[in-house]
Amino acid sequence: MQNQLEESHHKWGMVVDQDLCTGCQACVTACAMENNIPFVGEIDSGYGRSMQWIQIQRFWEESYPDVRMTPFQPVMCQQCGHAPCEPVCPVFASVHSSTEEINVQVYNRCVGTRYCANNCPYQMRTFNWRDYQRPDPLPNQLNPSVTVRRRGIMEKCTFCVQRIKRAEDVAKSENRQLADGEVQTACSQVCPSGAIVFGRLDDPESQVSTLAHNGRAVQMLDYLGTLPSVTYLKGG
Amino acid sequence: MAVTAESLQHTLVEEHEDPREHLMFDPKPRGEMNGMVMDSMLTTSWKFWVVFIALSILVAVFLFGAWGYLIANGLGVAGVNRPSYWGIFLVNTVFWVGISHAGTFVSALLRVFKAEFRRPITRAAELMTAFGLIQAGMCIFMHMGRVWLSYWLIPYPNGRGLWPNFHSPLAWDFLAITTYILASTMYLFLPLIPDLAMARDRSTGWRKVFFRILALGFRGTEGEWTHLRIAMGIFAFAILPVMFSVHTIVSWDFAAAMRPGWSSTIFGPYFVVGALQSGVAAVAMVVIFIRSSMKHMKYFIRPEHLDALGKLMLVISMAWAYFFFNDYMVQWYGGDKFTHYLMHFQESGPLGWMWFALLLCNVVIPWLLLWNRKVRRNPGLLFTIGLIINIGMWFERYIIIPVSLTINRMPFSWRMYRPGIEVALGIGTLAFFILLYMIATRLIPIVPVWEIQEGQMAHSLRKVGKATVKSVSELD
Repeated sequence: MQNQLEESHHKWGMVVDQDLCTGCQACVTACAMENNIPFVGEIDSGYGRSMQWIQIQRFWEESYPDVRMTPFQPVMCQQCGHAPCEPVCPVFASVHSSTEEINVQVYNRCVGTRYCANNCPYQMRTFNWRDYQRPDPLPNQLNPSVTVRRRGIMEKCTFCVQRIKRAEDVAKSENRQLADGEVQTACSQVCPSGAIVFGRLDDPESQVSTLAHNGRAVQMLDYLGTLPSVTYLKGG
Repeated sequence: MAVTAESLQHTLVEEHEDPREHLMFDPKPRGEMNGMVMDSMLTTSWKFWVVFIALSILVAVFLFGAWGYLIANGLGVAGVNRPSYWGIFLVNTVFWVGISHAGTFVSALLRVFKAEFRRPITRAAELMTAFGLIQAGMCIFMHMGRVWLSYWLIPYPNGRGLWPNFHSPLAWDFLAITTYILASTMYLFLPLIPDLAMARDRSTGWRKVFFRILALGFRGTEGEWTHLRIAMGIFAFAILPVMFSVHTIVSWDFAAAMRPGWSSTIFGPYFVVGALQSGVAAVAMVVIFIRSSMKHMKYFIRPEHLDALGKLMLVISMAWAYFFFNDYMVQWYGGDKFTHYLMHFQESGPLGWMWFALLLCNVVIPWLLLWNRKVRRNPGLLFTIGLIINIGMWFERYIIIPVSLTINRMPFSWRMYRPGIEVALGIGTLAFFILLYMIATRLIPIVPVWEIQEGQMAHSLRKVGKATVKSVSELD
């Protein structure tokens, strides 16, 4: 039993229901708090250097005056099964984790070539363009479970791997299996409409597995063969 | 010199022709020619020092100063952003690797095929390879987020068992460029040895010490020449595939990526031809500059050499245009809607003027002018065309990198790129390139004297009855 838990192997996944998403940006905020994401300021943010690991992407159809909004689209790292970011890193800073089946970024190993970000078809990797200041008392709200990154390093959504690890440790100490819904990412925990569901895709009974087989389920840019772990439930 | 004359080739001199306008048929005594080259190295006018100081200041401020500022503050001071994660840094890298290409191309390929016009220009071309690669390497390191850890790209044994990722095109790139810089430096050095020995015998003071160390005790014995020839033969052949591999590998940085505009199967040969296009034009520029600014160089570098380089530029421009068209055709044929959008963005977007300018610079101007013998033989015009081609090729790389990165499969992240400090760094690398050249022209013989003397020995004019016959013995 002990050994089995030690080698725990879960495939984590996420489902985003675009019909439920209201575009309130609570997930963006929660993600920034949980993962010590710096604020880059107005100018850099306007120039495409905002560091959000999750973005609410908005589009419109048709042209003025018949403009129609399309459903909000929260986009984060899709944690590809066959990730384009991984083979291109010259120093193995972008690697696949076999136990969580996610793409992990090794901050200490990153030398900042930014090739991974160029090769990401979802453009969801963010780069530390500068050392961003955190004036007092902001350092007090840093999450101690998450590394604070310095300039020159690539980062991206980790599926809140620190929460996964903690829940697994708790389950292991109580000598039991993880229950469905026990691990929540910051974005899914905070979503007021419950549009983001997180869980294990290898458990056919889990809520996320059930939703991922919904008739509205689509995967982003699936024709590229990246095997994303995030499924969208088409809205509209 | 260990030379065997094999077969003789005779051509009748035409009536209107003056064979003495060819360097090979206009020999000078060895002592006099050696003296001319030494003289050209030792003569510096005040203009040289003014330019030298100006370039040194540019290098200090725009290259090392700006780089230090960049390292201290992070890449935020540059213009790179999401989605243009690579900007002018990589444009300059590809540009300098391209420039460095032609050095070896002109020298090795023409040496292998025994093209006679190569003789006075090989050294200048080979130096371009070495100096161009230094700039290319610096541009790569500048763009890294944490350049102080760049040694992690080197495969070295370490306690943690960590190696570079050999799946990454950047790791291939690193190995290819390292191989190329080592091989081309050796290839530059080998034919330099006899000239260094010549310079050693004709100089005094610190120069004598300098040349004595570099000449490796070369005395010109039969055995030394044989070894040198064998080594040069091996390098001239071996460096050609290395040269092709380097620029195809540079192209794989883009072609292997999963991006509209980049994942193009034709990128390998297209980049090689593009490199030759900018590189041969740069060789012409350098040669013309040396010819006009250094003493005695008008004897060594003549209109016939500019003519030959001009023809080469024209042919390569045509080949480049073919591959340029191919690249668009192949990508358009793929039918990807983002690629389609990108191709229209390149020509009708905010930087559409650049796309048309590149066609003008790389195709229209060379094709309209270089067919003309008078234009090819006019140093000023050929220099200008070389400059125009290089500007055009820089535009081409700019369109491939930051402009193509603007458009990707996630329209929410589409955003224009505005260059920042990388402009200063680009000027700095250009200044450093010219500065290295200036230093080199005063420290080593810029024309390979022994190669010219060898060629002149093989060429002679003979009188047969009333006719003058050019006779060339084949050297082996």
